[in-house]
Amino acid sequence: MSIVFSKPLSLTDNVLTYCPGCTHGIIHRLVAEAIDDLGVQSQTIGVAPVGCAVFAYNFFAVDMLQAAHGRAPAVATGVKRVHPDKIVFTYQGDGDLASIGMAEIMHAAARGEKITTIFVNNAIYGMTGGQMAPTTLVGQVTTTSPYGRSEELTGKPIRVSEIISQLDGTAYAARVSAHDPKHVMEAKKAIRKAFETQRGGAGFSMVEVLSTCPTNWGMTPIEALKWVATDMVPYYPLGVYKDLSKGAA
Amino acid sequence: MAKLLMKGNEAIAESAIRSGCRFFFGYPITPQNQIPEYMSKRMPQIGGTFLQAESEVSAINMVYGASGSGARVMTSSSGPGISLKQEGISYLAGAQLPCVIVNIMRGGPGLGSIQPSQGDYFQSTRGGGHGDYRVPVLAPSSVSEAVSLTQRAFDLADQYRTPVILLGDGMIGQMMEPVDLPDQPDQPAAPSAPSKPWAATGWDGSRPRSIINSLYIDPSALERHNTMLQDKFAEIAKNEVAYSSEHTDDADLIIIAYGTVARIARSAIRAARASGIKVGMIRPITLWPFPSEPIARAARTAKAFLTVEMSAGQMVDDARLAVGGLKPVYFYGRTGGMVPAVRDVLARIKEAV
Repeated sequence: MSIVFSKPLSLTDNVLTYCPGCTHGIIHRLVAEAIDDLGVQSQTIGVAPVGCAVFAYNFFAVDMLQAAHGRAPAVATGVKRVHPDKIVFTYQGDGDLASIGMAEIMHAAARGEKITTIFVNNAIYGMTGGQMAPTTLVGQVTTTSPYGRSEELTGKPIRVSEIISQLDGTAYAARVSAHDPKHVMEAKKAIRKAFETQRGGAGFSMVEVLSTCPTNWGMTPIEALKWVATDMVPYYPLGVYKDLSKGAA
Repeated sequence: MAKLLMKGNEAIAESAIRSGCRFFFGYPITPQNQIPEYMSKRMPQIGGTFLQAESEVSAINMVYGASGSGARVMTSSSGPGISLKQEGISYLAGAQLPCVIVNIMRGGPGLGSIQPSQGDYFQSTRGGGHGDYRVPVLAPSSVSEAVSLTQRAFDLADQYRTPVILLGDGMIGQMMEPVDLPDQPDQPAAPSAPSKPWAATGWDGSRPRSIINSLYIDPSALERHNTMLQDKFAEIAKNEVAYSSEHTDDADLIIIAYGTVARIARSAIRAARASGIKVGMIRPITLWPFPSEPIARAARTAKAFLTVEMSAGQMVDDARLAVGGLKPVYFYGRTGGMVPAVRDVLARIKEAV
């Protein structure tokens, strides 16, 4: 009998701490598969955020640093400058990256820092119990927007991939989704491409992955997957926003 | 080895390089700008990295990344910027990451002024950020001492796996004095940095996975971590106190002063002794750990103490804790970037005896 499916080498045996129906687990697997595919597990150093993925250092079977809230791109910059030959990635949520860490992510991209950022956007603060994020959709109910997010009060959600693709230091930026198998396969390709872009030295690379939060959205896992397709994707269009890697058109 | 005439800030930067520091992350703020400027010129010459961060917050987190992956690394700033770095310093202390943080103090609070101050004593010696921790604080009183303490800071940082603060006032940073630089030519490798098997450098299975972290979600695990840190701090407090003692044997009054203020105090002591008043000085070189024991010993014979500071009275609290109520501890300080004058210190000496 031959093995046709197994756990990626770059994931540990630890049990994931994510809620049922959350797509963090899928995204972890895609990142680990990309590391395995490129054969760079022993060359990879990861940076965990503050948020639901704060324990990512327990799940990725690579050397890891846990960063302060929003600061992962600065921490990754320090790592990469010391080890320019290594593959360095950050794994961050939308509160971490698009709110408190906006300066760090934008300047890492602007510098063309040769790191890869996996940006998991679930339109809410998950770890702290479902508060409004900069990515929360207008009208979306959270614990700090109990009447639905008001555009008049807090403006509209931030589209990070669109902004970051405008910076000259960004070599690759794509928005993908983890809400069904077809999109998961596209996400896998984008994540692999981002790591390849880093390895090729073209500049900063980021993949924004639309993700579910059934617990804090107050939905079943199935409803949550549907909500990504019906409500998130229209506001956050999927696609490759920038690709300056070698061989790209 | 020829003596060089160097500005304090530049001497600190060059000393860091000769201590094997090859990574510097900073952000402009007066009066420490000559440190990043010097680093931006020197680092590329020796294969090191200078990076101007988008903020002090980012700079200290770059330090966290560089230190966590094994490098000798430094950052520098002044009051307002050091406040911004406190989050990162707490993380560095929690994750036990060695690094050197230079604070060339200016007047505060708030934006304050750009003139010399010692108003960051509390912030430096009490940890500064959130949570239970201390970091060694070294306070040079001359440019040449700034050079030697910069080296000491890197060694302490690596020995104890801790951030170390080099705390100078604006005068130390800006004045020029002759210095003997340690005779270590520009070599790419850190000359005395120990190996760091704990660093995150890429995991090939030959050692446990390196995880640089300060999160312990289980309270009993966090308490064990805190106990271990406190044991380490106790070890530092036991082994690393540094101070100098001048004319204390026969002194009726002992001045306690650090940094450039100690030099002003020295002039006042000379004048006082010329007029027959027996005054001595204990000059803390480490502010944490504080030289409590020598001060307590001196309290047996001296009649009183006087702390002189460029602050509204911060180190005086530690002096009073050390003296333990045995003798009066007086205070004289100036704030806002104003520097105590010798005649004013002398007047306080005369009041105190």
